[in-house]
Amino acid sequence: MSERQAIEAAPAARRAKDTAFRLALMACLGLSILLLGVLLYDVVKDGAGHLDWHFVSSFTSISADKAGAQAAIWGTIWLMGICAVFIVPVGVATAIYLEEYADNDRWYNRLIEVNIQNLAAVPSIVYGILGLAFLVRGPLSLGNTVLAGGLTLGLLVLPVVIISGREAIRAVPPSIREGSMALGATQWQTIWRQVLPASIPGIATGVILALSRAIGETAPLIVVGAATVIAFNPEGLDSQFTALPIQIFNWIQRASNDVNDYRPLAAAAILLLMIMLILMNSIAIWLRNRYEQKW
Amino acid sequence: MERVTEPQDRQEEEQERGLSQRIGVRQDATAGAPAVDGPATVPRGPREAIFGLEEVQVSYGPKPAVRGVNFDIGKNEITALIGPSGCGKSTLIRCLNRMNDLIPGARVEGKVLYHGQDLYGAQVDAVEVRKRIGMVFQKPNPFPKSIYDNIAFGPRVLGMKGSMDEIVERALTQGALWEEVKDRLKTNAFGMSGGQQQRLCIARCLAVNPDVILMDEPCSALDPISTGKIEDLMMELKQDYSIVIVTHNMQQAARVSDKTAFFTVELDDEEHRSGRVVEFDDTEKIFTNPADSRTEAYVTGKVGE
Amino acid sequence: MEASASAAGARAVPTLGAARRRWGELLVKALLILATLLSVLTTTGIVIALLRETIDFFGSVGVWEFLSGTKWTPLFEPASFGVRPLVIGTFLITGIALVVAAPLGLGAAIYLSEYAKPRVRKTIKPILEILAGVPTIVFGYFALTFFTPTILQDLLHLKVDLFNALAAGIIMGFMILPTIASVAEDAMSAVPQSLREGAYGLGASKLQVSVRVVFPAALSGIVAAIVLGVSRAVGETMIVLLAAGAVANNALNPSEPHQSLAAFIGATAGGDAPTGSIEYKTIFAVGMLLFVITLIMNLISIRFVRKYRQVYE
Repeated sequence: MSERQAIEAAPAARRAKDTAFRLALMACLGLSILLLGVLLYDVVKDGAGHLDWHFVSSFTSISADKAGAQAAIWGTIWLMGICAVFIVPVGVATAIYLEEYADNDRWYNRLIEVNIQNLAAVPSIVYGILGLAFLVRGPLSLGNTVLAGGLTLGLLVLPVVIISGREAIRAVPPSIREGSMALGATQWQTIWRQVLPASIPGIATGVILALSRAIGETAPLIVVGAATVIAFNPEGLDSQFTALPIQIFNWIQRASNDVNDYRPLAAAAILLLMIMLILMNSIAIWLRNRYEQKW
Repeated sequence: MERVTEPQDRQEEEQERGLSQRIGVRQDATAGAPAVDGPATVPRGPREAIFGLEEVQVSYGPKPAVRGVNFDIGKNEITALIGPSGCGKSTLIRCLNRMNDLIPGARVEGKVLYHGQDLYGAQVDAVEVRKRIGMVFQKPNPFPKSIYDNIAFGPRVLGMKGSMDEIVERALTQGALWEEVKDRLKTNAFGMSGGQQQRLCIARCLAVNPDVILMDEPCSALDPISTGKIEDLMMELKQDYSIVIVTHNMQQAARVSDKTAFFTVELDDEEHRSGRVVEFDDTEKIFTNPADSRTEAYVTGKVGE
Repeated sequence: MEASASAAGARAVPTLGAARRRWGELLVKALLILATLLSVLTTTGIVIALLRETIDFFGSVGVWEFLSGTKWTPLFEPASFGVRPLVIGTFLITGIALVVAAPLGLGAAIYLSEYAKPRVRKTIKPILEILAGVPTIVFGYFALTFFTPTILQDLLHLKVDLFNALAAGIIMGFMILPTIASVAEDAMSAVPQSLREGAYGLGASKLQVSVRVVFPAALSGIVAAIVLGVSRAVGETMIVLLAAGAVANNALNPSEPHQSLAAFIGATAGGDAPTGSIEYKTIFAVGMLLFVITLIMNLISIRFVRKYRQVYE
């Protein structure tokens, strides 16, 4: 066989293998996207018809055609608010300390970092147990209140805020800090007036992503005692409460007895939840694109 | 201050002029004419030292970065620190406003006296130091704020009294920037050119009314025209402030400074580089008749960076 | 000029002031440290909460019985506290999830890292992020109301119960797929281009480069990705709770209902268990086991992530 034939002949079989491999890889992606598509289609199909003003403004009820998600919606909003009030100061303060004050050669600071990384991977239901033991019962004894629920969710997503906050702070170049300190500003003045304002877009994005994770969680709320049948919106921090994921869970369980009535309700509530999530994530992306500082 | 002694004959004079032309020293200085009172000079009595450095040595970690620093920095003078890369001139200048405090493991030995006080005394607050001794950095570092807020930042955090508008205008005027930006004070500083940004940084420094201005290679990131503007600015500023400038541009040092300190690099047994001050004198002397052969090798270009 | 000269001279010799302790700065630092300690406190809290009740639990129930017993009926009379079925349920479902997520996730990662053009990557990555952002309860709903009846039973004619481990496992696989894909893709992207070029230069095909050069080079990151995915699957509650039923089951039969550790906790902790009851304590004992398992996996994963980052930096 001539050299040329040798070079040209061999690849034919190999090219077939290459193409097959490439197609297999694309199939992997394709399957994932397909599943997402089917899932969304299914949810929309089941629930879109039921998603109307009546649904949003009614409370849950024994009869499925009268039931609505108002209590769940407001419960979720309250939880989000309490969670935000908790995670923003604590998360940002921790991020500032770790980036601006902590000396990374010290063992205790490295331990804190590993700690936060671990917390980010603890199953969400374990946070529910933590909330049950210390917030609902135990030392704080808040009971099955929306405050306990919001704080539990806050503890769950705090690592997200800390990690993204640190990234945002780290992105501010050292030259800005030097310029500020060289003028006679103290470390805190530099952080408060230069570093933080420049990191706010990144921090805000992180907070929104943390909150969108928080409102999608069911398991911790179950353990912390969110009510499943409740006909009022939260009236105070000490109110009992429900939330969209909990209501969805309850309606799915009822659907096992009564598919036709409760499945559309569950699906409509899922749609509502997904809409909220899409909205929040879009805001986060918009924020990042609009306000991100290019150094 | 006595000028250089008159050359013995024309040939020597021409030789010197040739040398000085190569490095751009002003002609009247080498011609032996007495100092002319003009806008660039201040009638002064005995030379007052702002900084006194005695056997100063700076180390990051166990090995020294620069040592053997012994000289004074005079009031209303421009003092240049020159030398090859790695000789510690930036390290030293950062000691003068205690910016090295920000680097963990940095250590200063010897005496750094500021108006007779030990700058590193136990009672001294580094923040107070920096209010009086300002710094301009190699790469312009304006804050991501408006021009106005850049200038106003220092006065605000220091709690300076008075109309902020006036303070900002005065600083920008002193920094030779007012005319160019007076109509766009609220625009973002990042929109300015490199040379303008650096003048902004100088004006920002001036706004807090410092005593001394330290400049760490302020023109090395700039084009020649901006460099020229900043050099002119420095000559004006020295009437009211004392300036120390690190530069690796010898011509610049020769053009603007009154005194020059020459640093050299040494290698110890373990291949560790450290800097040392070889010579400190009037600028003309350093460039026309240096005492040390190492200085001469550097200023005549025999030795590279 | 005279004025400026005298102004310069008239400026008083500045004293540097005694270093008055800046109380404001110290206060701020103290507050920041307090906030940081909260994260440490959380971990301590978790450990204490779990430990206390678990030790209490083992006062009534033997450790050996717990770990090796095969019947889990804590709420019946007579109660049985062998946690084996829960562990079996957890790892059966996780195993099925891995069978789905590992090949698909790694395949997607290789494609994104080695084959996809930048524009394709920019469109695909957000889609994967959407998949990652779907709340687990939605996955659970989908598994129970669509996947089992329509796909498994009608389409594939599999003989599965309404509540079964197969559906939970497969859907769980899609849930952890984005995690595996993104960590693995990170690891593969970190492999220096020079390694690929060396292989291409020798006449290797893209397939060979991807599989024989990049994949092994990124191996520690890939292992980290899989371990992380497994950890998420083990700790996941809602998909199992909704789709796999509430029956603790020892048989390794995916078509039957199973209960995982996390699902048991979710099913039991409705908020009414009286403090101190055996019911209450089982929540913590099982929670402890779950926490320990996932902690070990997370530490392993972090170790592997550090390894792949180190090699190339």
